[in-house]
Amino acid sequence: MKSYYSLLLAVVVIIGASFLTPMLNTYILGRIMYIGIMISMAVSLNLINGFTGQFSLGHAGFMAIGAYTSAVVTTWASTHGGSILHNNDPAMFLVALVLGGVLAAVAGLGVGIPSLRLRGDYLAIVTLGFNEIIRVLIQNLDFKIDGVDYIGGARGFSVLPMTTFVWVFITAAVVVFCVENLVNSTYGRGFLAVRDDEVAAEAMGVDTTKFKVRAFVTGAFFAGVGGGLFAHSNYNITPLDFTFLTSIDIVVIVILGGMGSTVGVILAAIVLTTLSESLRSVPQYRMIIYSLLLVILMITRPQGLLGPKTLGRLFKRRQKPTVDPVKG
Amino acid sequence: MQLLQQLVNGVSLGAIYALIALGYTMIYGVLRFINFAHGDVFMVGSYMGYFAATVWVSHFFPVGTLPNTILVFLLAMMICALLGATIEFLAYRPLRNRPKLTVLITAIGVSLFLEYTGQLVFGPNPRGFPAIIPNAPLIHTASVTINTVQVVVISVSLGLMIALRVIVMKTKIGTAMRAVSFNQQAASLMGINISRVITFTFIIGSALAGAGGVLYASQYPSIEPLMGILPGLKAFVAAVLGGIGNIPGAALGGLIIGLVETFVSGTGASTYRDAIAFGILIAILVFRPSGLLGKREVEKV
Repeated sequence: MKSYYSLLLAVVVIIGASFLTPMLNTYILGRIMYIGIMISMAVSLNLINGFTGQFSLGHAGFMAIGAYTSAVVTTWASTHGGSILHNNDPAMFLVALVLGGVLAAVAGLGVGIPSLRLRGDYLAIVTLGFNEIIRVLIQNLDFKIDGVDYIGGARGFSVLPMTTFVWVFITAAVVVFCVENLVNSTYGRGFLAVRDDEVAAEAMGVDTTKFKVRAFVTGAFFAGVGGGLFAHSNYNITPLDFTFLTSIDIVVIVILGGMGSTVGVILAAIVLTTLSESLRSVPQYRMIIYSLLLVILMITRPQGLLGPKTLGRLFKRRQKPTVDPVKG
Repeated sequence: MQLLQQLVNGVSLGAIYALIALGYTMIYGVLRFINFAHGDVFMVGSYMGYFAATVWVSHFFPVGTLPNTILVFLLAMMICALLGATIEFLAYRPLRNRPKLTVLITAIGVSLFLEYTGQLVFGPNPRGFPAIIPNAPLIHTASVTINTVQVVVISVSLGLMIALRVIVMKTKIGTAMRAVSFNQQAASLMGINISRVITFTFIIGSALAGAGGVLYASQYPSIEPLMGILPGLKAFVAAVLGGIGNIPGAALGGLIIGLVETFVSGTGASTYRDAIAFGILIAILVFRPSGLLGKREVEKV
């Protein structure tokens, strides 16, 4: 119950803060909104990678599906206005975002069911491949309805700028609320069980495949919504906004924040997005720093900078030896 | 569609994929993890070939002469071998016996590091690769043209694969490699120095990637720091297709991927080219996860 109040509080704070946004210049506001979108993306990926222990490298693929779906909906609604959905109508935007999320979730189901039987490293490659397949498909999609360009292939898709501060941060709050409540519920222990020891979980009667697919579908839904927000905060989206390098950006946030720690991931999203912003003129340095951080962190502190232990979580992360003593 | 021409193009592309795939498969064989950075070692190989051909060796032998070409290959392979061994020593060795996910993330980190350090050092713009193998049509008929480059690519790849086969099957270190990939603990109980075998595997695999880099750049003479990503991933798919850990499988997988890709591009669907390999990967993992030549592994608890 308590967490409902915290969600309510967050919403009130966000709406309050939104009155301050006219004081910021558009550029800073855009960056702040981008941080908010990355929080949604990273927290939803954390459900898959951190809490359920399935290493996905395809989050930008789900993001792309959400982005393009919602952009198609808003573009259609704004050119066929006057009926149920109006131009710049918040209800229309909500419908677009949710549709984007739903389609991404369906894709999550589609990629999840066959591939979740796979072990860690294979799953990583398959999700990466899925990400690339989505990108290539979008790159080849280009059509016109009533003289208006849709999707636009490699040229890009013009999108109405509809995302506002309130949209971004309320979405982020809802994502955090849902993920936290899910994994801390009795039901959600299943996710953690799958991560900690799949065999033991199965022996205890946890349907591991089902939990993995659920994590995937839920994560994909929020990634789709985040993608919709991302699309409508830019004037133009291209398939190159959603390559697997974008996925890796999100993965880095999750790993640095500490897989399985929502607070850590939120902090990492803020820190890393700001960092990459300050290194905008020298993008190579950004990626070199990211990659070195990854390697050094994995060698010295694999649980992330703010892993579950740091935050005094009840559960402990078990280190699974690679050489199974029984198997020899 | 010129069937024969596509076949030749496909085989020469597939030969390069096969060379890279061998590195993936060998490293997977001994360490049981995917060395994501392998495709970037391949990229470094191309760049080293570039510098060797245009700067280091061209003082003594002009570009395009036989000694130049041989030295370029040797230098690129040696530097890549050194790079592979260094990566193993610095990044992967501290992580032995850690969870697989940790090693995987490190491998992604190493891969990104090589790519973007490459952008910083070599510059992000593509460079034209010198014609170290003089390109001339060797066989030229109405239906098919076979270039010298294609012949060199196929024969060098084939030679390296045979050499690898001999090393793995006939030498002492090769036997040790097979023993380690069969059962690491038992091998170490038999007195095999596991670390040495792993280092050796990285040296061989990376040298093959280096040779692959030079061959690829000779065939598609434009190199840039991110060029290793896609061939690397496709070669990985080839390794999985043939059965990961299986050396002839990697060669077969590389050939199949090269052929399929060339034929699909030939039918006019070239914009979908990069998606095909991943489609094959998903299909193979769903229907035959052990690959074409791999043995089905039963997971014991």
